[in-house]
Amino acid sequence: MKSKGLYSGPSVRGRLFTVLIMVFLYAPIFVLIVFSFNASSSRAVWSGFTLKWYRELFGDKYIMSSFYTTIAVSVTAAAASTAVGAASAIGLHHMRRAWRTPILFVNNIPLINADIVTGVAMCLLFVSLKAFINFELGFGTLLIAHITFNIPYVILSVTPRLYSLDANLMDAARDLGCTFFGAIRRVMLPEIMPGIVNGAIIAFTMSIDDFVISYFTAGSRAETLSMTIYAMTRKRISPEINALSTLLFVSVLALLVIINIRQKSEVRLQ
Amino acid sequence: MRNNGAVHGAFRSAAMRFFSPRALAAPYVVWMAAFVVAPIVFVVIYAFTAGDGAFTVGNFAEMGRFVGVFARSFWLALISTAVCLALGYPAAYILARESGRVQRAAVVLIMLPMWMNFLLRTYAWMSILERNGLLNRLLGALGIAPLDIIYTPAAVVIGMVYNFLPFMVLPIYSVIAKIDRSLIEAAADLGAAPRAVFTRVIAPLSLPGVLSGVTMVFVPAVSTFVISKLLGGGKEILLGDLIEMQFRGAAYNPRLGSAISLVMMVIVIVFMYFMNRFGEGEEGVAIL
Repeated sequence: MKSKGLYSGPSVRGRLFTVLIMVFLYAPIFVLIVFSFNASSSRAVWSGFTLKWYRELFGDKYIMSSFYTTIAVSVTAAAASTAVGAASAIGLHHMRRAWRTPILFVNNIPLINADIVTGVAMCLLFVSLKAFINFELGFGTLLIAHITFNIPYVILSVTPRLYSLDANLMDAARDLGCTFFGAIRRVMLPEIMPGIVNGAIIAFTMSIDDFVISYFTAGSRAETLSMTIYAMTRKRISPEINALSTLLFVSVLALLVIINIRQKSEVRLQ
Repeated sequence: MRNNGAVHGAFRSAAMRFFSPRALAAPYVVWMAAFVVAPIVFVVIYAFTAGDGAFTVGNFAEMGRFVGVFARSFWLALISTAVCLALGYPAAYILARESGRVQRAAVVLIMLPMWMNFLLRTYAWMSILERNGLLNRLLGALGIAPLDIIYTPAAVVIGMVYNFLPFMVLPIYSVIAKIDRSLIEAAADLGAAPRAVFTRVIAPLSLPGVLSGVTMVFVPAVSTFVISKLLGGGKEILLGDLIEMQFRGAAYNPRLGSAISLVMMVIVIVFMYFMNRFGEGEEGVAIL
């Protein structure tokens, strides 16, 4: 059956409004992509087509190293927070309400707090600990910060799945001789997997996009792409950054199109 | 040897207690205590101590100098939130009336810009809004006098609305899309005009989404420090800039910075509290 809208399709005026919103959302992205092919390094005057910035990008050690840092911290933080978050969502689900409520309150703190407050607070913790333990702010502290702000998203995306899971299924598995962890692996995990995958994607996206928290927790030894771009905004952003962002944007777009096509063909097969 | 089974059983139940499913949450509880609760404790300690470690409220008294910054931040955040709501609600409402395929595509299109670095997108607005930027050249081609937008509060509001609009559209859309169609049909069957269907059925039911959207726009808007720097030119600083300066800038003073952060945290919590009381439930779900 074709899924329908609210009651009737929107009017022409309504559609025009949505199109204008999309123009607003995509205007700067369009500008960024167009100027990644600009022959001069001006950010507003077009002076001919070139692929120079794409070639120079791969030779730029500074930009590439902060790109690798971003990828490394996002992948590691997403993996770690997904594992910890999924396990603790299961744990929390089996906890008494009196325990669960305060823990979920703490879980919500990084979600509702302004990023800058989260970043500053962790910065204070790390700087204060430096008086007792010998370490420097760098990739390690950056990773800790990213895992910390990612876990709440994973928990929030796994928990609804646990609630919709039929508790009888777990009991049946136990009665048929499964150990508790065997039942989790064979019965629960397959059921809650979409929530876990969703949580991992959200965590990865949050890490890639983060600037503020990284800025306060990475010290001077590690630098993510956002931090590099921020440092550049004080003078001039190199068009190589436009080129890199265009490549990232196109890859995400391609990935989404592929997922969409695959889902469609799966539906057709069924 | 009859006891053996009982001993074994006792051992097993002890092991079960140790490995109870609750234990799965243990690493997380320790982690959150260390990296969410402890940092906040440090903020509180710093906010209430002087350089020599003695208790003081002087850091809060010092904030009196920055009343203007507080007022400006809240004012700009309120305007941005209002503009986001004015643009985002109709967009979400129109979107929910489209066919399922268009809806899914549109949701992806709204989220996709978030994959482009937000600093870069904000920077792109500089090229658009500049004195000799793309907008003014477009206006010039149409014979309209150029606008002086860059480095004004209007530019900061445009930047905030641009960055945070998806956070308004998505929660409202997801709530409207879930409204039971039969409720709308019932209202229409019982004689409600389209306007009444909207004001008496759809609007009240979409309130949780609106509250969630308002929170998700207001909190980052009141605390941003990059948008004001890039588009506002850094002349008129906002709360986020003020905090940043105390930790990483020339005005290094983490104690004052902690005091401002603490005040901001309290304001956000109070704001959230009223929002939640207003439209009970749905918080965690609507955030995603």
